[in-house]
Amino acid sequence: MYPAPFHYHRVDSLQDAISRLAELGDSARALAGGQTLLVWMKLRFDEPRHLVDLSRIPGLSDIRLEGDEVCIGALATHAEITKSAVAAAIPSVYDCGSGIADGQIRSRGTIGGALGSADPSCDWPVLLHTLDAVLTCTGPEGTRSIPVSELVEDIYTTILQPAELITGIRFRMPPENSAGAYCGFKRCAPAYPTASVAVQLTLEDDICSEVRIALGSAGLTTVTSKEAENILRGSRLTEANIDKAAQAIVAAAEPVPDQRGAEDFKRAVLHSLVKRAVDIAMRRCQGETIGVHREYV
Amino acid sequence: MSEVIEKVSIRITINGQSYRRKVEPRLLLVQFIREELGLTGTHVGCDVTYCGACTVLVDDKPTKSCTLLAVQADGCEILTVEGLEQDGELHPLQKAFSENHGLQCGYCTPGMLMSSMALLAEKPDPSPAEIRKGISGNLCRCTGYNNIIKSIQAAAREMAG
Repeated sequence: MYPAPFHYHRVDSLQDAISRLAELGDSARALAGGQTLLVWMKLRFDEPRHLVDLSRIPGLSDIRLEGDEVCIGALATHAEITKSAVAAAIPSVYDCGSGIADGQIRSRGTIGGALGSADPSCDWPVLLHTLDAVLTCTGPEGTRSIPVSELVEDIYTTILQPAELITGIRFRMPPENSAGAYCGFKRCAPAYPTASVAVQLTLEDDICSEVRIALGSAGLTTVTSKEAENILRGSRLTEANIDKAAQAIVAAAEPVPDQRGAEDFKRAVLHSLVKRAVDIAMRRCQGETIGVHREYV
Repeated sequence: MSEVIEKVSIRITINGQSYRRKVEPRLLLVQFIREELGLTGTHVGCDVTYCGACTVLVDDKPTKSCTLLAVQADGCEILTVEGLEQDGELHPLQKAFSENHGLQCGYCTPGMLMSSMALLAEKPDPSPAEIRKGISGNLCRCTGYNNIIKSIQAAAREMAG
């Protein structure tokens, strides 16, 4: 299958990319790893007249720690992030990155592309919600910070302005008594998840002092629930209140029935995944080492 | 669509040989490899980044060549299944697939071999679970995978000497 014909523009600086995208307008798309965009173009879901290839812009794939802040360049691939010191230090980052699609896709797909596609089945945005990540975005009007929770307006639609690009992702390194988990359920490796859950917990003694939960593939955008977080915040994490919180966030989900499952099936999967993710995060907070937990059928 | 699309000059090294061509931007790497260069060992299966039959190594990284434009691979070094054999000798992975019945129809095999190359470069002595994960982006509809896993283990032993 061929994509529809397009003009190809390779740029070697962010400024060039932005001015080229601004000049070409609506008929242009920014190309990073292409693992989503090229498939859409081959299936003719999208027929841009111009592609602006960002992949040769230097410095946009760095992954580093600045003080207690983690900074990930938008062009960092899933594989690079998974193999980084950041993933070694934060188990939920490893859970998430190592479970994205398969080795081939992980070696080309980028975190910025996953965010910019605003696809509710992408994994990184769900995880980044629970880390309260902030995106650095640069466009013709300059640079601004956008909390990840504000990026997506609707399915496949971000609040980014024309020619504005995500250039980096920042979040605070979780403190010692805080840990997270990312659990997904997929039909097979290359498939998007049927459902996924990210959790970040902070425990003080046995009390949960802070919590974030987010669901992926559970609606048109990432699903969060203040109600579910309020059930856990300030309380001891018992089986009963974990179950109550899981019910609350699953009630906020609006899973779309599709070839990956009926709505009720997806709700049941989400419910189990929330409980599993909270359990893993809790045990990690208490110092236990728990490897990746991702189910295939 | 009558507008003229400018072709792009690229230089790609495949199996150690450098090729210069002017290509249409929408030409996929797999089509460049198969149709421009006639290296038909790399297969197209699903054509939507699912089955892994088109896997090649791009700068040592396993890549589905149906989901990469040839222009994106400009300046890269690519290894395809044709590059595995050295001086008329099959690569240990190829030998192991043959000896352990790691293939039946053979359609997925080039992609399986290239994913296995990437896996063994990173993990020279992989466990069966690591092998399953390493080839999880490659579908095989014949073997049931067990003989593929045996083949990769045998090759790993052979390559370790």
